[in-house]
Amino acid sequence: MAKQFYGVELSSPLMLGTAQYPSPEILSEAVTAAQPGVVTVSLRRESAGERAGQAFWSLIRKLGVPVLPNTAGCHTVKEAVTTAHMAREVFGTDWIKLEVIGELDTLQPDVFGLVEAARILSEDGFKVFPYTTEDLVVAEKLLGAGCEVLMPWGAPIGSGKGLNNLFGLRAMRAHFADVPLVVDAGIGVPSHAAQALELGYDAVLINTAVAKAGDPALMAQAFKFAVKAGVLAREADPMEERDMAVPSTPLIGKAMLA
Amino acid sequence: MKIVVNEQEHNVSATTLAALIDELGYGGARVATALNGDFVPVTHRKDALLKDGVKIEIVAPMQGG
Repeated sequence: MAKQFYGVELSSPLMLGTAQYPSPEILSEAVTAAQPGVVTVSLRRESAGERAGQAFWSLIRKLGVPVLPNTAGCHTVKEAVTTAHMAREVFGTDWIKLEVIGELDTLQPDVFGLVEAARILSEDGFKVFPYTTEDLVVAEKLLGAGCEVLMPWGAPIGSGKGLNNLFGLRAMRAHFADVPLVVDAGIGVPSHAAQALELGYDAVLINTAVAKAGDPALMAQAFKFAVKAGVLAREADPMEERDMAVPSTPLIGKAMLA
Repeated sequence: MKIVVNEQEHNVSATTLAALIDELGYGGARVATALNGDFVPVTHRKDALLKDGVKIEIVAPMQGG
């Protein structure tokens, strides 16, 4: 049975970002094709004249998909906590994808600030989805801080490199068997998403892989099928890997022709 | 009074954050606000007094990953 995220069962294990699409129309087409369980959104400065944010919000409302606001671009605990409060008011949800970025080349999370911000926000009633690494010690501290979901990276944000540390992700899945886990960041193609779900991850969060595809709506559809395949494969209990060949065609009854 | 909104200088007559939102033309918009880096909920904007040189942030929904 699918795990719940803070008591909510998502309609799909696909979480889709809304940034970097060529146009609002293509974003709409991609969301419609992907049928994601949530879409991620953010906050930026609003100009009173342009009101770009108001137009974006009405587009998201029309799509009818639950939103997961993020604190993207925040580098300090204070920035992230303040952004989370602003997001809660603007989007009307206490869900927050918590990012506290620590390093610019890899956009690796500052896990020390992340744990501190997660504690502050959890105590204030937020339901925190922390963008973290596959480090088990950090994960344990995030759970201790009140998080009920963990979102380890597959690879650096926007890199499209897939699941960079399979051993680490497997270990995390095995160690936190009952915790909803989401691979966030680094997924480049649908097979990466299927692989995460085959490993037993409960969801994947994708943005650039769809938005920067030549045909975002078609790629969104490919991801929809990939996550479905991954879930079915996990339920079907994949075979064990072996180092040596084992014939699949029975040898009994084979004609002696030599 | 001279204040800074989203890193741009404004000369305004509003003395509260609520009045500023109206004066700058954000009335009715879905925005969140911060004053000198601290979040000010919509219900507290009428009590948030502006002083010369304060820094205001006004944000709205935007695409995100």
